[in-house]
Amino acid sequence: MFTTVAIILDGFGFAAWLFLSSVGLTLIYGVMRILNISHGGFYALGAYSAAWAIGLYTQTGNTIALTYLIIPVAAIVVGILTGLLVERGLLRFMYGHEEVLMVLVTYAVFLILEDVTKLIWGTESYVAYQPAFWLGTVDVAGIPYTIYKFLIIGIAVAVGAGLYWGLNHTRVGKLLLVVIHDREVSAALGINVTLFFTVTFVIGTTLGALGGALTAPEISVVPGIGAEVIVMAFAVIVIGGMGSIGGAMIGAVIVGFARAMSVHLYPPVEMFSIYLVMAVVLAVRPYGLFALAEGRKI
Amino acid sequence: MTHSTLSRISSHWLAATLALAVAPAAMAQEEKTFKLGVVSFLSGGASGPFGVPSRNAAELLADAINNGTVPAPYDSVGFAGTLIEPVFVDEASKNVVADYQRLVQKDEVDAIVGYNSSGSCVAIAPEVEKLETLTVMTACGTSQIFEEIVTEPHYLFRAASHATMDNVAAARYVVEHTPAAVDKLGEIAGINQNYSWGLDSWRDFSASIQVLKNDVGIANEQFPKIFAGQYGAEISALLTARADVVHSSFWGGDLEALVIQGAGRGLFGRTQMVLTSSDTAIHRLGRQIPDGTIIGARGSYNIYAPDSELNSWFRQAYFDRYGVYPVHPAYQMVNAMLGMKAAADKAGEGTEEAIIANLKGLSFDTPGGIVDMALAGGHQAITGTSYGTYKFDKDTGLGTVENIVSFKAECINPPAGLTSQEWIKTGFEGADCD
Repeated sequence: MFTTVAIILDGFGFAAWLFLSSVGLTLIYGVMRILNISHGGFYALGAYSAAWAIGLYTQTGNTIALTYLIIPVAAIVVGILTGLLVERGLLRFMYGHEEVLMVLVTYAVFLILEDVTKLIWGTESYVAYQPAFWLGTVDVAGIPYTIYKFLIIGIAVAVGAGLYWGLNHTRVGKLLLVVIHDREVSAALGINVTLFFTVTFVIGTTLGALGGALTAPEISVVPGIGAEVIVMAFAVIVIGGMGSIGGAMIGAVIVGFARAMSVHLYPPVEMFSIYLVMAVVLAVRPYGLFALAEGRKI
Repeated sequence: MTHSTLSRISSHWLAATLALAVAPAAMAQEEKTFKLGVVSFLSGGASGPFGVPSRNAAELLADAINNGTVPAPYDSVGFAGTLIEPVFVDEASKNVVADYQRLVQKDEVDAIVGYNSSGSCVAIAPEVEKLETLTVMTACGTSQIFEEIVTEPHYLFRAASHATMDNVAAARYVVEHTPAAVDKLGEIAGINQNYSWGLDSWRDFSASIQVLKNDVGIANEQFPKIFAGQYGAEISALLTARADVVHSSFWGGDLEALVIQGAGRGLFGRTQMVLTSSDTAIHRLGRQIPDGTIIGARGSYNIYAPDSELNSWFRQAYFDRYGVYPVHPAYQMVNAMLGMKAAADKAGEGTEEAIIANLKGLSFDTPGGIVDMALAGGHQAITGTSYGTYKFDKDTGLGTVENIVSFKAECINPPAGLTSQEWIKTGFEGADCD
């Protein structure tokens, strides 16, 4: 009983983190066909900026409640600024090139962002635990869970629902779906594809930064956290189908539950379980569970 | 011009020519330095708490040795007069073996010190003997290095105790010095990183506890990936296991994340936590580490360092230069460099061969106490260590330790000729704990 409850809660808790960390990656791939390796760098920037800002703020002795505002603000500021800089300053000159080349370009951006992070914040770790502790814990079947974890689950659901609603029920979202489906036809129809690329990239990087900023209170923010997250995020979007937001959500839940089950039932296969799931899914559906259908062009 | 004048001019020319010919050689002789590769994490998750303190300690000590400002018995200049020229290399590499080869073959270093990760040490250990270059490992802890990988070392040394020391001492501290925990001790659990350091640490701790106290069971074992950062499921599993003692050899950012997440969910309050490599977290986490947590520093380093002139000098010099006090990886780097200096000074010659010949089996003083190169034919150090329980001082706002117990090296390290596992299985045969 305890174990079942723990698997469910831990599975959803890990899935929420995975989804928030990977949704920006799949959004950018879906629209721009760029596998953005630098996503990990934006995640790290979000985590560092939030941890740093929370640290500065909490030294003032004011109420911790305001830190819940600092987290999204830090992510939005850093996500928009650096996202715009990278897209306008570099990527727009590379559009139209092979996807493999874009992987290399974004990998270079990732390395640059890692060094920028070190230049700004050094190699010391940053801890900003106050938001995670301040809300306290709640006992579920005798196991204490931080309320902050439930908050992250809620935010992940809200982000997923918001993106779904935005894409399917707004004019801009519907236009974006057209761009995702066929960018050449979209351009021919008069849609400003370049503008959509810029906006999509900035939203994607901001979501990456938000993933990092929301995680910061639960971890020690250290150099290298971006490299760790990109591997997991990649596994999630491959399982779900690259470019599919719904797929990222399902992929995150599958990976989250695979990991939680192995940790509780047979810990030695914890690392293996994630990649086993990925291998099984790809064996059955080589393009992932919810891969976007692509028309064959002649 | 007389014959004697001509002769005098000729002899002056000859002398001048000879002087010019000899001068570069003499200058080269004068400028001959000992090129020392220093490898530690300068980027990635291990850089802040481990790699950078190691690097800083090497930089500080190289300068102090070159200037002859280290307290006695290390107050002479250089390695027996030969100045040290450090070459710093980042350990955070996908190919530590290639980096090692480059240091030896391209940079042509005379020796190498460093390596924080057991993973790195396991990878380069065979290469050291192949490339025949003096290498002194500093912080990595796996006992496999000399027990399984390089069983007949010539060029390879390690100037710090391996993980068996940490975990035997931790087990002794729990069973012999923590009455509140041992009275009800029925089951233990562990959360350790899934590589040689974590696996060896848990193996030695769990086996030692079971030798020291009969009928102790294992409730749960967790081995998450290094740098995973998210331990929610593992903490739930440990909470549901309800073990009396939970052991962890986590270090660096992983350790800090475990403390934040575990303390936040009450794990530390429900069980006796034993953190074998946690001194690095004290000044960062402060009150977040719950009182009563058992703290290890991988030797009598940092908060456990002895009151000696050498330690006072090192702590102050480090603080003056870097603005923080040194943590255990910095002490371990100092062990290696002072060991090399002691060996060179003993030989009266600052060369690789002289250091190898004299470091073997050497016993020397360091800021953390005596280092005795007693195992693996004189290539593996043993040291004493200390454990204590954490206490946050509200008045000063600083973390402290109390109930400190120091263990002799001979009490917690296996004797020569026995592997760690063999020694633990014998019930610590020959251990001198008086």
